[in-house]
Amino acid sequence: MNVIKMEPVLRVENLTGIYKGKNGRDPKTAFTAVDHVSFELMPGECLGIIGESGSGKSTLVNMIIRLLDAAEGSVILDGEDITTARGKELRKIYRKMQMVFQSPQESFDPRRTLSDGIGEGLRNSGMSGREAKEESIRLMKLCGLDPELAGCYPHEVSGGQCQRAAIARALAVKPKLLICDEATSALDVTIQKEIIELLDELRSREKEGFSILFICHDIALVQQFCDRVLVLYKGRIVEEGCPDDIINDPKDEYTKRLIAGVL
Amino acid sequence: MKEYTIRTQKIKKNTVKLRLIIFGSLAVILLLCSVFSEHLTPYDPYLQDLSCAKAPPSAAHWFGTDRYGRDMLSRVIAGSRASIYSTLLLVLIITVIGTCVGVFCGWYGRWIDTVLMRISDMFLAFPGLVFALAVAGVLGGGLQNAIIALTAISWPKYARIARSQTLAQKEMTYFKAARLSGSSTLKIIIRHLLPNIIGPILVTSMLDIGTMMMELAGLSFLGLGAKPPTAEWGSMMSDARSLLTTVPWVTLSPGIAIFISVMIFNLLGDTIRDYADPKSRR
Repeated sequence: MNVIKMEPVLRVENLTGIYKGKNGRDPKTAFTAVDHVSFELMPGECLGIIGESGSGKSTLVNMIIRLLDAAEGSVILDGEDITTARGKELRKIYRKMQMVFQSPQESFDPRRTLSDGIGEGLRNSGMSGREAKEESIRLMKLCGLDPELAGCYPHEVSGGQCQRAAIARALAVKPKLLICDEATSALDVTIQKEIIELLDELRSREKEGFSILFICHDIALVQQFCDRVLVLYKGRIVEEGCPDDIINDPKDEYTKRLIAGVL
Repeated sequence: MKEYTIRTQKIKKNTVKLRLIIFGSLAVILLLCSVFSEHLTPYDPYLQDLSCAKAPPSAAHWFGTDRYGRDMLSRVIAGSRASIYSTLLLVLIITVIGTCVGVFCGWYGRWIDTVLMRISDMFLAFPGLVFALAVAGVLGGGLQNAIIALTAISWPKYARIARSQTLAQKEMTYFKAARLSGSSTLKIIIRHLLPNIIGPILVTSMLDIGTMMMELAGLSFLGLGAKPPTAEWGSMMSDARSLLTTVPWVTLSPGIAIFISVMIFNLLGDTIRDYADPKSRR
């Protein structure tokens, strides 16, 4: 039998995030938002992270995409340690890792058109303006957007359309990892479903194959969509496993409460 | 009911546009006047003719002549170059310096922000014109030094606006998105930050053109700006102030010129503010 050992796309080891206290020094007011978190994400996998607000989800994500410095631990993306990457090095890394943000309209520059925003990454990686525009229109079609919206400004389209454009922008550089930070939280329930279906469809396509790190506080969505789920509470992983198992048979006290709260 | 609201908004927008066109073209006429002032003057503004000194306004000399017999209309037109040019240069300099400092402070923060903002506090702590007087006094007279003096007191205002705008915008998600798209910090500042913060700064600088014109004329009036015989509105008024009761037109004509241009630039500034206001746009 041929066993292919797969390398994880993302490996997070003992990652710790501390918000320094007043003046960046006072240890009394320092706050540990993420406490020694470790996990792995396999190619093509969709990993959900759930937890209430304040549980450290956003800090964790910000450390992974290097918008925040980690106090301890390491982030390894595609075999490369990116924990201390900066400047040019970091810009290269962003071709492998992209993110879809919570509020779609705010994630686009209000003074630039959607196609301009989608094509920014392409232009930065050396594509000419015209090619980038053509490619961004192709991506918009791929994400189920009318190419006529290419010249629209973010405030001229609906939240759902804007989030589709945000997904198109994230996929423009063909990343191996897509991080969705509460990507559906600001949308209507019906639009939420559409976006999830879009992500699911794009993920299953061989050509666009990528892993998803899905940050969410909605257990039902995670159950629908994710292969595996981590429960984050006060900066620690309290439970990990298949979403159905966790929902049907939660082991941890907090998870029990979380699930009881929804059902 | 709904139709009614839409209709009023439409009318309002039209007046803003109309005002913009009217005041914009008036400002352009003023600018053209100052650019081509040499060709527009009916007489040489510096040519003295004592035989017709202190002549009242007439067909030959529309604004009369001063005590040396120089044609006032020619001098007012010639003076527009010094006044308008230096005002625009001054506003441009303070806008650029203030915006750069403000964006830098807002973006990087930390100790550099504290240092620069405390320096700007120091400048703001002095009464403006008094401080400008002191600076101009130390540097000596001359239009150039008057501009330097006014720059020194005026940049902190722009730095404050640019800084607060930068701080407000900086946390927006689209900067994170731009960073993830692989844009460098400089590119993000130029392509994303500046277009989003420049509106209020431009409006302030448009509104400041009038104020700066007055302050520059004020410094010249006090003898710290343009030196006689240079035709400059402030110094022209100062020159003739002892004759105010006997030959009022020598003081009044540059005064009216200042009044009209300050008003045009102020109204233009107001209109641009209305136009830039998103509520009146849509």
